[in-house]
Amino acid sequence: MRAARLSVVTAVTAVTALTAVTGCTSKSDAKDGDRVISVTATDAKCETSKKEISAGHVELAIENKGSKVTEVYILFPDDRIVSERENIGPGTKQRVTAEVKAGDYRIACKPGMKGTGIRQDLKVTGGSVAKRDPRLDKAVAAYREYAQEQADATLPLVATFVKAVKAGDLEAAKAAYAPSRIGWERTEPVAESFGDIDPEVDARADGLEAGQTWTGWHRLEKALWQDKKITAAEKTLADRLTTDLTDWQKRVGKAMITPTSMANGAKELLDEVATGKVTGEEERYSHTDLVDFKANVEGAQKSYELLKPVASENDAALVTELDKQFTALNTLLDKYRPNTTSYVFTSYDKVGAAQRKELSDAVNALAEPLSKLAAAVAK
Amino acid sequence: MTETQGSVPSRRSLIGWGGAGLALGAAAAGGAVAMTRAGEDVEPAAADAGAAVGFHGAYQAGIATPVQDRLHFAAFDVTTTDRAEFVRLLKDWTEAARRMTAGKAVGEGAFGGLAEAPPDDTGEALGLKPSRLTLTVGFGPSLFKKFDLAGRRPDALVDLPTFAGDALDAARSNGDLCVQACADDPQVAVHAIRNLARIGMGKVVIRWSQLGFGKTSSTTPDAQTPRNLMGFKDGTRNIAGTETDRLKKFVWVGEKDVDADAAWMVGGSYLVARRIRMHIETWDRTSLQEQEDIFGRDKGEGAPVGKAKERDEPFLKAMKPDAHVRLAHPDSNHGSTILRRGYSFTDGTDGLGRLEAGLFFLAYQRDVREGFIRVQRNLATDALNEYIQHVGSAVFAVPPGVRDKDDWWGRTLFSKEA
Repeated sequence: MRAARLSVVTAVTAVTALTAVTGCTSKSDAKDGDRVISVTATDAKCETSKKEISAGHVELAIENKGSKVTEVYILFPDDRIVSERENIGPGTKQRVTAEVKAGDYRIACKPGMKGTGIRQDLKVTGGSVAKRDPRLDKAVAAYREYAQEQADATLPLVATFVKAVKAGDLEAAKAAYAPSRIGWERTEPVAESFGDIDPEVDARADGLEAGQTWTGWHRLEKALWQDKKITAAEKTLADRLTTDLTDWQKRVGKAMITPTSMANGAKELLDEVATGKVTGEEERYSHTDLVDFKANVEGAQKSYELLKPVASENDAALVTELDKQFTALNTLLDKYRPNTTSYVFTSYDKVGAAQRKELSDAVNALAEPLSKLAAAVAK
Repeated sequence: MTETQGSVPSRRSLIGWGGAGLALGAAAAGGAVAMTRAGEDVEPAAADAGAAVGFHGAYQAGIATPVQDRLHFAAFDVTTTDRAEFVRLLKDWTEAARRMTAGKAVGEGAFGGLAEAPPDDTGEALGLKPSRLTLTVGFGPSLFKKFDLAGRRPDALVDLPTFAGDALDAARSNGDLCVQACADDPQVAVHAIRNLARIGMGKVVIRWSQLGFGKTSSTTPDAQTPRNLMGFKDGTRNIAGTETDRLKKFVWVGEKDVDADAAWMVGGSYLVARRIRMHIETWDRTSLQEQEDIFGRDKGEGAPVGKAKERDEPFLKAMKPDAHVRLAHPDSNHGSTILRRGYSFTDGTDGLGRLEAGLFFLAYQRDVREGFIRVQRNLATDALNEYIQHVGSAVFAVPPGVRDKDDWWGRTLFSKEA
């Protein structure tokens, strides 16, 4: 299996199975020092031992001599990622490998894992010019469009919710709460990639860091369902939710999205379901967990469907299994809504222990193969 | 995949590299010593605690195998309705079991694979010895309601009747199939169940599982008899793994035991699992005399009432009529004998300040009707019942062993030609 995977390696692939690589490509040899570029990362510098290398297998030997955790990327000229390694701690060494074809690349170090990074040019010579599978470019573009659509559609629903809160209309606010979250839940990994918006709008009481003020949807959820009253503080928080989500809407277009991050995002959405929704922790006051659950699954399925043309070529059995498990989970979820065109689901406090286990089992059945999707598109 | 064999370090091969494996082995051995510290002698090394137990054979390992120190037992329900998919899972499980019992990681290992993919193996057993891991599979009565298997259910695989005093929790009972993982290192046993459960996702789901931390029976009579949580030696007269004749008579299903439809069970056995909660706080307040009367043996030596040595032949009439040993003895049960392989458990506390502790009873027999059921019925008047409660129950048909590298768990039941 491993050899087969490597035979379809393209320029976008991050390959770490060094022994296998040497076994199936004649143009590269990881053990040969000529193929290794030393990268010395500090808090202010990103020094590389080579500026030019011939096409083929390349290995970055990274040493973080700075004080901050860093990331190192090999990037195409348009900032798409060829290969990356995150979370390289101070004083540690890591390796990143890639198959690169001729062209201009950048090696970027990101001390503190923030910003666009400190960059060095890398020229790769000989062989054919690097080109990514156009179907993957298309998938990324379509997903970006989807994420934008979700944000655009969410803002009016948030406006309805905010309006009801500001009018002090408890029942109208309750009714508008869950629908206002669907677009967010579908594309949550994109929002989470910005780092700062998610804690503002989607934090739960138990997820707050010391000194963090609780804002966002769940703070309002508690006011509506548990405290059963809307005060001036809630009205202010509602305005802030609009501000934060407008910021989100503006930034979605700039998110760094790759085929791998799409696939991992799909898995992360199922992780969200497994740790937050199945347990009833996410919507502990409103019990609208199944609405989020459905939205998470829809978002994961969107990524999957877009990546499917490539994934099915690389791993047909995986695609068959994913189709089957998405269907099974969606069928199970439909049991909890009277009308499959509506997002009104059974209140989660009415879902018994045996039913929750059944939902959890179905999530596991899907999430386990879904965790293999990234490898199937990165081949 | 030869490259896999070469590139994935086996647990065993890692041992040679450093002290990690050895240190953990020593810790496990330390546990065993602690267990016998109160006694006058230390348990002799009946088997090398780190070695591998052969996976292939006429019978499944984990039954007559010398009892390991630790247990992780899991009951599964089958969710797939596709027979071919279930058979594929049994084959995948067999292959994973073959690797894990040999001390190797499953699939392509726990590291060194594609960076974008989660590793096949979960990794926590890297660097640990094979630890005599055995994996034993059984099929529950409910499995025979699926996959058109109704006609293949052996007569001896009966649903257990309700016994006096049963307080069974459905969530801790039954199951379509089970896997018993025994090892001398608890992490090796847990790793095995975890990885099999992961491979099974989408096909089977865990229904319940049980950890056991100390063996309560041994199948090696020359070793010191282990004690249960009541402080008494347990399994003194258990069937030994070397007693070929008694194993044949009481444990292994023979050709004459089955009709053509159940012939797939030849070389198998039947497993009864009971989660027995012990009210150990009240037990601990019971006088020594009463404790010894209840068991029918003395606490220190384990000798039967009126005898000097543990292995002296018991004189049942010297015991109280409701003594546990008297009622459970083969002479009180038309000769019934079962191979016991149970483990003590402590699953934290019960919310009332009491240890949620007891015995996870595991018994293998040739016929459940003549084995566990007969004995358990006779225990209805057991004086011990005041201190115990059966809270979980399951019965499984344990198929014969995986013969060789091409064989797989359940082949005799599922393959067309068998």
